[in-house]
Amino acid sequence: MASTVKGAKAPKQPLSLNDPRVRGLIYQVVALAAVAFCIWYLASNTIANLEARRIATGWGFLNREAGFAIGEGLISYGPADSYLRALVVGVLNTLRVAVIGIILATLLGTIIGISRLSQNWLLAKLASLYVEVFRNIPLLLQLFVWYAVISELFPGPRQALNPLPGIFLSNRGIKFPTPPDAAAFDYAGIGFILGIILAVVVANWARKRLYATGQTFPSGWAGTGLIIGLPILGWLIGGAPTHLDMPEMRGFNFVGGGSLSPEFAALLLGLVVYTAGFIAEIVRSGILAVSRGQTEAALSLGLTKGQNLRLVVLPQALRVIILPMTNQYLNLTKNSSLAVAIGYPDIVSIANTTLNQTGQAIEGVAIIMLVFFAISISIAMFMNWYNKRIALVER
Amino acid sequence: MKARILLAAAASVAVSFAAPAFAGATFDAVKARGSITCGVNSGVAGFSAPDSKGEWTGIDVDLCKAVAAALFGDASKVKYVGLTAQQRFTALQSGEIDVLSRNTTGTLTRDTSLGLNFVGVNFYDGQGFMVPKKLNVKSAKELGGATVCVQPGTTTELNLADYFRANKMDFKPVVIEKLEEVIAAFFSGRCDVYTTDASGLASTRATSAPNPDDYVILPELISKEPLGPMVRHGDDQWFDLVKWSLYAMIEAEENGIDSKNLDEMLKSTNPVVQRILGVNGDMGKALGVDNKWAYNIIKTVGNYGESYERNVGSGSKLKIPRNLNNLWTKGGLQYAWPVR
Repeated sequence: MASTVKGAKAPKQPLSLNDPRVRGLIYQVVALAAVAFCIWYLASNTIANLEARRIATGWGFLNREAGFAIGEGLISYGPADSYLRALVVGVLNTLRVAVIGIILATLLGTIIGISRLSQNWLLAKLASLYVEVFRNIPLLLQLFVWYAVISELFPGPRQALNPLPGIFLSNRGIKFPTPPDAAAFDYAGIGFILGIILAVVVANWARKRLYATGQTFPSGWAGTGLIIGLPILGWLIGGAPTHLDMPEMRGFNFVGGGSLSPEFAALLLGLVVYTAGFIAEIVRSGILAVSRGQTEAALSLGLTKGQNLRLVVLPQALRVIILPMTNQYLNLTKNSSLAVAIGYPDIVSIANTTLNQTGQAIEGVAIIMLVFFAISISIAMFMNWYNKRIALVER
Repeated sequence: MKARILLAAAASVAVSFAAPAFAGATFDAVKARGSITCGVNSGVAGFSAPDSKGEWTGIDVDLCKAVAAALFGDASKVKYVGLTAQQRFTALQSGEIDVLSRNTTGTLTRDTSLGLNFVGVNFYDGQGFMVPKKLNVKSAKELGGATVCVQPGTTTELNLADYFRANKMDFKPVVIEKLEEVIAAFFSGRCDVYTTDASGLASTRATSAPNPDDYVILPELISKEPLGPMVRHGDDQWFDLVKWSLYAMIEAEENGIDSKNLDEMLKSTNPVVQRILGVNGDMGKALGVDNKWAYNIIKTVGNYGESYERNVGSGSKLKIPRNLNNLWTKGGLQYAWPVR
């Protein structure tokens, strides 16, 4: 009396190589084992060979005294410090040029990208010329040119150009006055940060009110006022000191004040000018990707050209722009390693010196790769998060 | 930069795949290949630099030629690889070159931790400073606060930091890897001071300065820099050949043998000369090469004194006096072990 029960499970098949799931599993296990074996083989053979040739290995060198000096850095460092600290100086120098470079390249690139679409014939042609020239010359060459321009064109420190009181231009870089260690300047700094936070708060409130009531609020002006006004207020509260730490020529070079080295300036200029060419094209293509009907609709609603660009076109263009822009940010960061050629002490330069002084090439190269991997992945993750956020707001 | 990273990566890969080195591996490989691959400086006139015809010349290049002459009887069987200071050790470790003859200073750390050996000294040097005359600096002790151009990955870079620390002075380093670039930075005025081995300073001043008389080399030498060739660990026969190629040149000078009187010297009755030139004894066989090895070296490269004068001494633009590099019999340090 055989009867089929509805909903019964299919009978269990014996495990067979004819089952595609089983085959898939086997392939994956085999592939994984092959990769693991390769890694194990390379690692163990490397270690064995390094030992056979009596080449020093390991990370012990990080705590040894580095013994070499570094031209510039964000934290204090001297030859008596460890290799680890020297490497940290290098990482911070890389981050410094990458972060400032990304901000400036974005600003410059956006301006040029919009200029290329301008109805002003001269402006549009100049922007096209810029893009074609700087995008098509190798970056390394541009770096050499900027470096040569700075070190050949400017006079020595004793004949430094002095365009404004306290500012000196020479082939040792730009020297400028800095605020001394006084409470008033700390207050001003706090005021600046507070101003930015309040400006964001005001902008958010204004937008909510606009959606709720339709009333507009000049949040742009209010924000600018806060960002400029609060630091001035802080400075006034601190007693409004006017004394600045001035650079002064003494012996070989300037003492006091702040300075921007020619190496940093050349590298930053090169990276910004080169990357801005690519960013300009990305911005232009992003704007062109927004259909013309959108603009016509916005203008017929009575929005001004500026409002149209800011409220209608750019938010939609951003969706197209973000992903290729991420590539450019990653490129700029990785290209900063060309610093070695002109002597800016970035992580590649310092890790190279370290691996040469210690003879531990594998560790040195591993450090460089790890640092760039970490920076790149951070940028990519941030940009992906931003991309998602933009996409959500749109829908 | 890219090239160096590639080189370092290649080194890692080479080290990863290479079977452990066996004794004699380099010697046999070079012999089978028929030419020596020699790592040299890419451009220090007098030590190693290509001349107007693209031929490499210099005292370091002569050492490569001497080894080729000893092994093959032909000094032209050398392939030269120009290396920066930072590339040099990796290139030798990875087997890209057979000998490193690139004004490299011997130190304890380098001798022990790199898996390489120093063979001998072909130039005794010391680190000096060069400044523009118009700065009116008379002594290195007056350099406090100066900006100093230096190449990275050198003992120079470390001595510089040591010297300023010991004398409680500050300085700002400008560290550029390529020799041509660091020299250009100095002559453009980016730095007050350029520092490297005194011989390198003389070479740079003679060949690259817009006007050599505008620059002075300060009297202080702040370090000992014994410069010499290096080979990889693991092949003592190769080490011996390079070492004795150098010694043969020094020993020849001491015994009055040079490239001009060489064939007359073959008839010499002096047993020392006979042993060097292979007329008597089996010195070459002991090294694994032809008994005419030293004859071939002197024939094509000359003795140490000839090589010195031609490349860095009175016969060259550099005009560096022999001083420490004179023979021990004349008050210098050059002293070869006896060929016996």
